[in-house]
Amino acid sequence: MSHHPTNVPSGTPQHIPSGPEHRRYFFDTFGITERLLERCLGEALSAGGDYADLYFESIASTSIGLDESLVKSANQGMSAGCGVRVVAGERTGYAYTDDLSAERLLRAARTAALIASGPAKEPVVGFREKVQQDLYPVLTPEGDADIASKLDLLLRADRAARSADPRIVQVRAGFSDEVRRILVAASDGTFASDTQPLARFNVFVIAKDGANIARGSAGGGGRVELDYFHTEKTPEGFAKEAVRQAILQLNAVPAPAGEMEVVLGPGWPGVLLHEAVGHGLEADFNRKGTSAFSGLIGQPVASSKVTVVDNGRMPNRRGSLNVDDEGSPTQETVLIENGILKGYMSDKLSSRLMGIPETGNCRRESYQAVPMPRMTNTYMLAGDDAPEDILRSVKRGLYAVNFGGGQVDITNGKFVFSASEAYLIEDGKITAPVKDATLIGNGPEALKYVSMVGHDLRLDEGIGTCGKEGQSVPVGVGMPTIKLDRMVVGGTGRQ
Amino acid sequence: MIETLTTHHELTASLATQLIDQALAAGASDAEVILYEGDEFEALVRKGEVERLKESGSRAAGLRVFLGARAASTSTSDLTPAGLERLVRGAVSLARVTSEDPFAGLPDPPSFGQIQSDLRLHSDDVADLPAADRIALARRADAACFAADARITNSRGGSFDSGAGHKILANSRGFVGEYRRSICSISASPIAQSPDGQMQRDYWYSSARSAAALETPESIGAEAALRTLRRLGARSVPTQQVPVVFSPEIARSIVGHIFEAANGSLIYHQSSFFAGKLGEQVASPELTIIDDGTMVGGFGTAPFDGEGLPTRRTVIVERGVLKSYLLNTYMARKLNMESTGNASRGITGAPGIGAGNLFLESTSPLPSSSILAGIKGGLYVTELIGQGVNMVTGDYSRGASGLWIENGELSYPVEGITIAGNLREMFQNITAAGDDMVFRSSVASPTLRIDGMTIAGA
Repeated sequence: MSHHPTNVPSGTPQHIPSGPEHRRYFFDTFGITERLLERCLGEALSAGGDYADLYFESIASTSIGLDESLVKSANQGMSAGCGVRVVAGERTGYAYTDDLSAERLLRAARTAALIASGPAKEPVVGFREKVQQDLYPVLTPEGDADIASKLDLLLRADRAARSADPRIVQVRAGFSDEVRRILVAASDGTFASDTQPLARFNVFVIAKDGANIARGSAGGGGRVELDYFHTEKTPEGFAKEAVRQAILQLNAVPAPAGEMEVVLGPGWPGVLLHEAVGHGLEADFNRKGTSAFSGLIGQPVASSKVTVVDNGRMPNRRGSLNVDDEGSPTQETVLIENGILKGYMSDKLSSRLMGIPETGNCRRESYQAVPMPRMTNTYMLAGDDAPEDILRSVKRGLYAVNFGGGQVDITNGKFVFSASEAYLIEDGKITAPVKDATLIGNGPEALKYVSMVGHDLRLDEGIGTCGKEGQSVPVGVGMPTIKLDRMVVGGTGRQ
Repeated sequence: MIETLTTHHELTASLATQLIDQALAAGASDAEVILYEGDEFEALVRKGEVERLKESGSRAAGLRVFLGARAASTSTSDLTPAGLERLVRGAVSLARVTSEDPFAGLPDPPSFGQIQSDLRLHSDDVADLPAADRIALARRADAACFAADARITNSRGGSFDSGAGHKILANSRGFVGEYRRSICSISASPIAQSPDGQMQRDYWYSSARSAAALETPESIGAEAALRTLRRLGARSVPTQQVPVVFSPEIARSIVGHIFEAANGSLIYHQSSFFAGKLGEQVASPELTIIDDGTMVGGFGTAPFDGEGLPTRRTVIVERGVLKSYLLNTYMARKLNMESTGNASRGITGAPGIGAGNLFLESTSPLPSSSILAGIKGGLYVTELIGQGVNMVTGDYSRGASGLWIENGELSYPVEGITIAGNLREMFQNITAAGDDMVFRSSVASPTLRIDGMTIAGA
């Protein structure tokens, strides 16, 4: 997984090599040439500006949905376009086009250029391409055989859910996937391309028992081939998990209210990290001094048992990327080490302006969106505690193992995440399941109360989507079982 | 002056009908086409400097086809003849693999229609506003925050955003319609710092379909600063049950939950606690909830819905009694009812169900000061975070911040707490509604007081 810059002096023209299909995709399909890329970047820097980049993107997506045991919906979408960005100091000019003709590209470049004011920069000549990571299969948009196979997955999930328990009255299932091709060319000589597959399977059920009614859902996926859902994570597995959650909720008691000890299970509860510390450590907020974590590098922000990393280079993971959306290789970045804040997740802009390392965390929702620092896969490293010892240590508290989403106010640090499967802990034992409840904490403080960390690190199933400034990107989270000595649980029941 | 990228404006209804003909020729028994072109502009100014300028336009086409009782849809941003040919072939071939669903299909022709009068959804003054003026509006909003108080030390910027869209919908049963809408807004998002280093942010905004109807950037910046400053020094409160008062901006989410609970898709899928409750008392008898897609100049107004039915005014809840679900054609057929003209249609996929202009009326509105006056101790909510709402059961639990109510007056700021209850009871326990409703977006509510909720804190 190492990557070496090819040994070409900057400024020397170099032909883009042939090789994997995605390198030439935009050249072959849209008639883009290296010369055109240079002209567009020249136009982008024609009014000054420190840096410009072109981001070509083409997405082919499919989604199919099952309801009432029928495949009721099947959708396919195609989109392609290019975003042009010009950076001058802290200023960004941005324009995009869904028409990839030379005329429109040059026009987008001229529009983006107007943010800058000054003499034109030296023309851009030649690009350097790095040897790239290879974290996921290179897929091509599917054929009819694949569609039939996906339909079969949905029908299998439906059968499995309905046969698992007679109280299941509704089953819906969905499969969606996409192949996203990108090409990045920048005035600093960067040239990178990638083909990024992404697939996700979901099952949603309703269980009914007399007047009691409850929902359950499960899903997963990643940057994987279709075969993954036939061999590793089957529709039967997802269906049974959704049914288990719904049946459990039928008998849930009100969640407690107030501050108490909280044990979080392994895997998806790592959404805690995403909200409590992840967003607050994105470099753009810290560059502008708007994060509750601003200026805390080197300071303790968690208990000494806590080490948190963001890792964009895990094979087949939903949050992984061979290169980020500025064409930089993704990395493993230590955010918090033994409780001490070590670093931020950065992009080229914040790296340059803040004088910090570039971490390959620049992402964007699409060619229509201005990129910014984002998380990839964010998780806490395993500790030494046995999960059963952690539970046994709690006299009265909450054990939360599954969550919906979360949200954070990065300025005051307040974050929430909503438990969808949780239990009371009484005298060290798991007792009654409780209804949905939101947990709330303060980012720079919450992890200081982590008193035990399990040895059972697990990553989520591949269902996370993160929103920031209106842009959604796929992400991953992970965590071992942990104990927080205090956290506010937002139920309605007695403490 | 920024050169505009948005000179496409070449999508026409005849392109839509031509695509329908192509789909029928390729074997579809029915077809529906949506064409969209739009442009967007954004200027963000922070601490006096332009931080971001964005301007662009895009186009897309969506096609939904039926092969008898089978359906599928495709979408593309490639509007070349070859791209459109792929759109048609893809949809027809995809429809062959879906299941037969006897309820699927376009609406029946007698139900088609559109409002013919001028709904004032588009104003040329948005596109005509020079770029320098747009940037100036953003700059003034941000500057007004800093001018308001020395404790405003930072900001996430003042911004001016605008956009215009042109939508064309046509189908093989004879409906053809199109409309244009424009929108613009000014917003400000200051950050205040207290002597102990605590930071708080908030924001304020004004949106309108015409640039002339926007509030001044100075008033927006001043209001944003006020909202931010009142959060400084926020602390938690002990766990307790007290009356909760939702400020109008936040009460909108409660009105939105009533719409969701009455959403025909959730009703049909037994995924809403309103299922089977038609004709029953579901909210306080003082309250009436209305969805109206026909309001002139409204943020949620359109001449027709996502399937070509005229938009209309639907009373969802009347004096606390559930009167109507919100339906598109498919869910209406499933529930053996009539569509309420609430089909929402993006470029991709089958129509969903969406609101027009959604709002709440009370038979006995009170000044918000009178609502507070009756409360000895309680919470005035100015922000909610997180999802935490289960429409199947009604269970509700969200992170909150706001101001503590003491002896009928707003006193100190609070944060780091949750508010929890069950929406079924919360709707019944709306014990007062204000006289202060303003449409700032497509959902509006006055101040609402809800009793019986639990606050969890430290």
